Amino acid sequence: MNAKVADRVATGVFIVIAFIIVSVLIGLFSFILYHGFQHVSLKFLTTPSSNMSAGGGIRDQLFNSFYVLFITMLITVPLGVGGGVYMAEYARPGRITNIIRSCIEVLASLPSIVIGLFGLLMFVTLTGWGYTILGGALALTVFNLPVMVRVTEDAIHSVPRDLKEASLALGITHWHTIKTILLPSAFPTILTGGILAAGRVFGEAAALLFTAGLSTPRLDYTDWNPFSQISPLNIFRPAETLAVHIWSINTQGLIPDVDAVSNGSAAVLILSVLLFNLLARWIGSLIHKKVTATK
Amino acid sequence: MVTEMKDYTPNIEVQKENILNVNNLEIFYGEKRAVNGISMDIEENTITALIGPSGCGKSTFLRSINRMNDLIPGAFAKGEIIYEGLNILSNNINVGALRKEIGMVFQKPNPFPKSIYENITHALKFSGLKKKSQLNEIVEESLTKAALWDEVKDRLHESALSLSGGQQQRLCIARTIAMKPTVMLLDEPSSALDPISNAKVEELIVELKNDYSIVIVTHNMQQASRISDKTAFFLNGDLVEFDQTEKIFTNPSVKKTEEYISGRFG
Ligand SMILES: Nc1ncnc2c1ncn2[C@@H]1O[C@H](COP(=O)(O)OP(=O)(O)O)[C@@H](O)[C@H]1O
Ligand SMILES: [Mg+2]
Repeated sequence: MNAKVADRVATGVFIVIAFIIVSVLIGLFSFILYHGFQHVSLKFLTTPSSNMSAGGGIRDQLFNSFYVLFITMLITVPLGVGGGVYMAEYARPGRITNIIRSCIEVLASLPSIVIGLFGLLMFVTLTGWGYTILGGALALTVFNLPVMVRVTEDAIHSVPRDLKEASLALGITHWHTIKTILLPSAFPTILTGGILAAGRVFGEAAALLFTAGLSTPRLDYTDWNPFSQISPLNIFRPAETLAVHIWSINTQGLIPDVDAVSNGSAAVLILSVLLFNLLARWIGSLIHKKVTATK
Repeated sequence: MVTEMKDYTPNIEVQKENILNVNNLEIFYGEKRAVNGISMDIEENTITALIGPSGCGKSTFLRSINRMNDLIPGAFAKGEIIYEGLNILSNNINVGALRKEIGMVFQKPNPFPKSIYENITHALKFSGLKKKSQLNEIVEESLTKAALWDEVKDRLHESALSLSGGQQQRLCIARTIAMKPTVMLLDEPSSALDPISNAKVEELIVELKNDYSIVIVTHNMQQASRISDKTAFFLNGDLVEFDQTEKIFTNPSVKKTEEYISGRFG
């Protein structure tokens, strides 16, 4: 086989692979959205769920998903970026650093159900909090943190050495160089890592079952005092997220319209992830453009 | 012509002051010694060229003058480099302050991925300069000195990466000038540029000699002979010969130098 033929064959193979991936994706999306949107309505999005009877919505679950995401990212991003900066810029290359790196990798590959059980022990039983949003967010942090650290470390490593040297050669300190040169240059990659981590949070059920719980108290959306028991912002209340909701109604099967609700929830979940993705990327690129003065 | 009389200076070769004294400098990368105990004096307002085949320790020496080798794990230096009465290799030197006075321009243009304006103000702001009017003034002044002002004055807030390679390198020179250094270290500053940009950068370096002491590593012997006043020839980590450029290129004292100059090796 000569080079030209090989080239054609390779191109063909890759086109077929790309085609398969794209069609699976489109098929999946249209399936979920088609079945889901028959049940999605404003009412579906704005009524609380029902335990027994038909006609329940997903208002609280939807809110919970975003709120758990927000709290998780609030903990994960600073810790993850900080850890990544440490690994890339401060940790001396050597045995200990390599051990830390391996630990991070192992942590990243733990099954989420194991993390859920760990969370149950740590953040539910040991702390005595019971099922809480904070407990859920901490459990999710456990498995998102390694990803965030790794992504940040790689992103900083991929900033050209030249830039760091240029900044240091002007008499600028290491920390200021990290803040003003390395992190801004690494920002797009770190953002992508953050978005991936966020996607995992949206979709996660196993780690939340035992930490954030399967129920949501009756919430009053006019009460914005985070210390109030019925406030949606209270981080010490149980919170069932959308993904958990889909799982629980399907396993318990007490409501008659299980299919409708779970299809609707799935569609809303997917759309939320998509919207979140696009929004994050859009805001990210605005920030990046502003920082780098590109158009 | 009374005014001219006042400025009159006798036209004799004035002995220039030394700005740097290098004594017995050795530089190691771990076990490996890259510079073998060199001594030389670097004069003020002079262009000193460092020549020699690649891998002979020119960059290593240059980067030790503003402590850039500190970044390389395992690198260390012995001996002295005296600047303003201090050994800049000693541990208690404020490296940040040193690098402001001894600036460096690298082989590959490395502007920050920020606007042209911010490339200049980045370090100024860090050193505490906040006033807009003052910053504007320094930006114009340093870009003018780097012969770049006319080309960029209407696009100061565009990305520095939109400039050509030669312009980027002049921007890097401008941003070093903005710190008002006394010494500028240039490591093959024009070797990555096209001939026209190269000529511009060379012209600029000669211009800068009036205000700064310049040490330039160059791979290009024509360049060394065109622009430098003094030339140091390095070979395998040794300083083989250091003299007036004219002498090095016309009548070197050491045979190895002559062989290198005439292109017999390297
Ligand atoms: N970071 C480094 N680690 C180990 N050895 C190095 C490093 N940088 C340079 N060297 C070695 O030091 C010697 C001098 O290198 P260098 O100063 O870059 O030479 P030049 O600039 O004259 O081409 C070379 O043998 C090179 O391999
Ligand atoms: Mg070199």
